[in-house]
Amino acid sequence: MDFQGYGDLLIQGAGITLRLAVGAVALGLILGLSGAALKLSRNKLARAVGNGYTDLFRGLPELLVVLIFYYGAETLLRHVVNDLLGIDTYVEISPFLGGVLALGLIFGAYSSEVFRGAVLSIPKGHVEAAKSFGMTPFLTYRRIILPQVWRVALPGLGNLFLVTLKDTALVSVIGLDELMRAANTAGRSTRDYFTFLMAAALLYLALTVLSMAVIHLLERRASRGHLGAAGH
Amino acid sequence: MNVDLIPGFLFKMLTEGLPTTMALVALSVSIGFFLAVPTALLRVSHNPAVRVLPYAYIFFFRGTPLLIQIALVYYGLSTLEWIRGSEFLWPILREPFWCAIIALSLNTGAYSGEILRGAIQAIPRGEVEAARAHGMHGWLIVRRILLPRAFQIGLPAYGNEIILMVKGSALTSTITLLDITGVARNLYARYYTPMEAFVTAGVIYLVLVFLLTRLLRWVEGRLSRHLLGPPETELAQDRAS
Repeated sequence: MDFQGYGDLLIQGAGITLRLAVGAVALGLILGLSGAALKLSRNKLARAVGNGYTDLFRGLPELLVVLIFYYGAETLLRHVVNDLLGIDTYVEISPFLGGVLALGLIFGAYSSEVFRGAVLSIPKGHVEAAKSFGMTPFLTYRRIILPQVWRVALPGLGNLFLVTLKDTALVSVIGLDELMRAANTAGRSTRDYFTFLMAAALLYLALTVLSMAVIHLLERRASRGHLGAAGH
Repeated sequence: MNVDLIPGFLFKMLTEGLPTTMALVALSVSIGFFLAVPTALLRVSHNPAVRVLPYAYIFFFRGTPLLIQIALVYYGLSTLEWIRGSEFLWPILREPFWCAIIALSLNTGAYSGEILRGAIQAIPRGEVEAARAHGMHGWLIVRRILLPRAFQIGLPAYGNEIILMVKGSALTSTITLLDITGVARNLYARYYTPMEAFVTAGVIYLVLVFLLTRLLRWVEGRLSRHLLGPPETELAQDRAS
């Protein structure tokens, strides 16, 4: 393939794509854990909020989520800065931040289900044992629940990461120069969309394969004690 | 938010956008289904040379974003000389609607093919052996045992895939199609009221997905009626007698 000098643009785009995905997952993991805590709460209202969060993002097209949260956050911020604080300045949110926010919220909605299932898979006896050792709830959470949740949830989280990696392409719509938009730019100016879109598609495939390898390593590491005990 | 704008927006999205979204989903899910069946059957073949083609197809369409697949068909193919010159292909590939149908069908065909493959492999071995013992072979087993059982096993996952298609169809607004999202983006551009337009569209999708979930649950219930067994009270009586 002949990239006519646009090869660097694609590589840079792939870098932004990767950073966007990692940023969204970092935010999404926090939201997912909080969402799972809400869903597992004894409080009815908390459960309703947790389930509503997942249902909302499961039913909305990802593209609309990106648009709503990008423009929504901007409108809100403008309102706060210009009207409430009375500062007369032009407020704009970077597309990268908008993308992290939108994709992070989506990742959180789906991962809260993964975390909920993982917490439920931990035998009750483990928590009771921790309690009988005199551990506080927080210590139990940190030493007993979280490490096990991590192991059980990893395959599901890995799949969600791959979905997020592909969803990053949507952020091109609000003007972030990630891989998809870079390919479009190069395609438009060279009048050779096919080459650049195909190159971008292959780069997405490469990122997917790379992520799968990393996820596999993480899974092996997370279950190292488990494998030994089970005698695999 | 300017609430007065919303009824007008809603009307425009329901009358102009909704039919396009429904047509996109219905057509591409149907075509995708016919792609999925041979894909899944070839994927479970014992011959590695047969398996490699459906594997490559699934790998490409599941490993790349749907947005890029849509762009590849609409923008990418139109820059190839031999397609522009073709009397048969160009009239189809110059229409954004058909490009969207092609991309969405190929995409859902790959995902559904993988769901169907998993379902075929989940069918208990004994059922196929029983069919063989009855003298069925080859195609007859596929038609009478494998596919009906696989549909039933794979239905919950397949239902999810249909919902993903409803959401994925929103991406066709990037190739100028006026589906629900396309109409919303147009209204935003005309009135510069992003929240009114996008939130209204979001509500329509939420209702659509909710109704579809209900429908799928009903179909699932119908298909697995025979697994429920007789009602509890009759069972107790049978045991007593």
